[in-house]
Amino acid sequence: MSRHDDPVHQRPAHRRPDVPASGSKVMSMRDAITSFVHDGDTVVIEGFTHLICFAAGHEIIRQGRRGLVLCRLTPDLVYDQMIGAGCARKLVFSWAGNPGAGSLHAFRRAVEGPAGDSARGLEIEEYSHFGMVARLAAGAAGLPFWPMRDYAGTDLPAANPHIASVTCPYTGETLATVPALNPDVTIIHAQRADAEGNTQIWGLLGVQKEAAFASRHVIVVAEELVDERVIRADPNRTLVPGFIVGAVVHEPWGAHPSYAQGYYDRDNAFYVTWERISRDPAQLATYLDRYVMGVPDRAAYLAAMPDLADRLRAGNRTCAGVNYGY
Amino acid sequence: MVTDASSGTRAAAASAGTGRPARYSPNEMMAVVAARELRNGEIVFVGIGLPNLACNLARATHAPDLVLIYESGAIGAVPERLPVSIGDPSLVTGSLMVCGMADVFQYLLQNGRIEVGFLGAAQVDRWGNINTTVVGDYAHPTVRLPGSGGAAEIATHARRTIVVARLSRRAFPASVDFVTSPGQRYHGTARSKPALPGAGPVKVITDRGVLEPDATGELVLTAVYPDVTAAEIASDVGWPLRFRDPIETLDPPTDADLALLRERLDPDKLFLKG
Repeated sequence: MSRHDDPVHQRPAHRRPDVPASGSKVMSMRDAITSFVHDGDTVVIEGFTHLICFAAGHEIIRQGRRGLVLCRLTPDLVYDQMIGAGCARKLVFSWAGNPGAGSLHAFRRAVEGPAGDSARGLEIEEYSHFGMVARLAAGAAGLPFWPMRDYAGTDLPAANPHIASVTCPYTGETLATVPALNPDVTIIHAQRADAEGNTQIWGLLGVQKEAAFASRHVIVVAEELVDERVIRADPNRTLVPGFIVGAVVHEPWGAHPSYAQGYYDRDNAFYVTWERISRDPAQLATYLDRYVMGVPDRAAYLAAMPDLADRLRAGNRTCAGVNYGY
Repeated sequence: MVTDASSGTRAAAASAGTGRPARYSPNEMMAVVAARELRNGEIVFVGIGLPNLACNLARATHAPDLVLIYESGAIGAVPERLPVSIGDPSLVTGSLMVCGMADVFQYLLQNGRIEVGFLGAAQVDRWGNINTTVVGDYAHPTVRLPGSGGAAEIATHARRTIVVARLSRRAFPASVDFVTSPGQRYHGTARSKPALPGAGPVKVITDRGVLEPDATGELVLTAVYPDVTAAEIASDVGWPLRFRDPIETLDPPTDADLALLRERLDPDKLFLKG
């Protein structure tokens, strides 16, 4: 068992000494992935349906990373693509479907069928959503595990030996436990961030805050790069402060085909199409060749789909804001 | 009183065997029956797929004050379009609250704030155990299904859980290949507090009738849809299905229900196919 999948021997979260606590951390996606994502790393790209950073997933594929332990509640298309591209050694997850559209077929090919099947080869570690949330909460809080009332009368603990239990010292009740998850790197997509990585999101919040605080390194990818004054004008909207962030990437439409509330809608048509693409390894390879390996960066990916803005740009439902005066 | 359904007793469906073309589809009937289960003002944890449609139908008809909670963190959602997934942006716009998922699972679900949990299922067994994980052996599955998502904790904590699933022998085996979400009995032991605070699955709504646990936790047939017999349901269930006597025959969807489903709630037939 390597250090990555042995939860009780994971290193505590800490900031890498070469990451400045302040000053601009803005860099290209290529440089951010080169600096912070290495072969064999435990990687989290979070965002629950909302704000899933496909731009980062694609750059990891382009740079040919191998042996990654990919963790996410919902692997979604982004991890199906990374599994199909051969980046992943192991998947840690809680719901592996194509939300609203079907299956993740690269994932399924990698886990279905008899032992010894050559298409197999992906290790899995499976929880429920609450289990994954609790793992990240423990990691973010600097605790070794998280107690929860869950998994009684289910086969999940038998399928995953990391799900254990503890006796409550106050009530005597038996509670389920899950180990802390402290990723090597977490990548979160946001509506806006400043150059130091002070990051604001709105709409569905998922587990990005827990994932970022649990992680040794954090890459923030933002639709808009804003002045620090914009952040300070509305501090309740800040998800993570810049001092835990190692890199800031400005990447408009970087979450497509996922969505960014107030910026663009989910590309549901693509999620439906993925059912067909991912079902056939040849079509999946053609997709990756054309839209991932065949483009140098996100700008070129977007240029290949000029109709996105017309189809998906968000309507206007602006809120009035609040008075922070005293 | 519970009787053996295989004895040939037929449900009292007045219009059985008339041969008229169906006015509604099995999925439409399922959505309508599921919607009727919800009372106005209840706090509902909404699962993906048909449950989502049923909750939005209830909100558009008899339960305008239903509080829809999605595991994605949308509380009091009022979607203006049918959410394609439980993370749809239309769940956020106009909602009462958006919170992180740590709050949803701990402060709302684990802390007992959810009255009704609504789940779909690939397999449901005799004791209401739900499988959405694998068909076949876990390590070497024939079919790998998505897994729990939030279903395990919904069936654990919601005060009552309603399950929606289409009948077939494959979908209703005597025991499921994998227990993803807890039912009424696990390896012979009945569910109990504090490990399992909620009542668990109390209704399983299928495309032809409704099953409910009896006092022992075994699912028995309690209602059939128009033109459906208890015997034909029993032949699609993997255990000797018993039924409550008298068995109820449920009303078909109203024209207003059908118009809402087809024209407003799911015009693209995302969930109403079949």
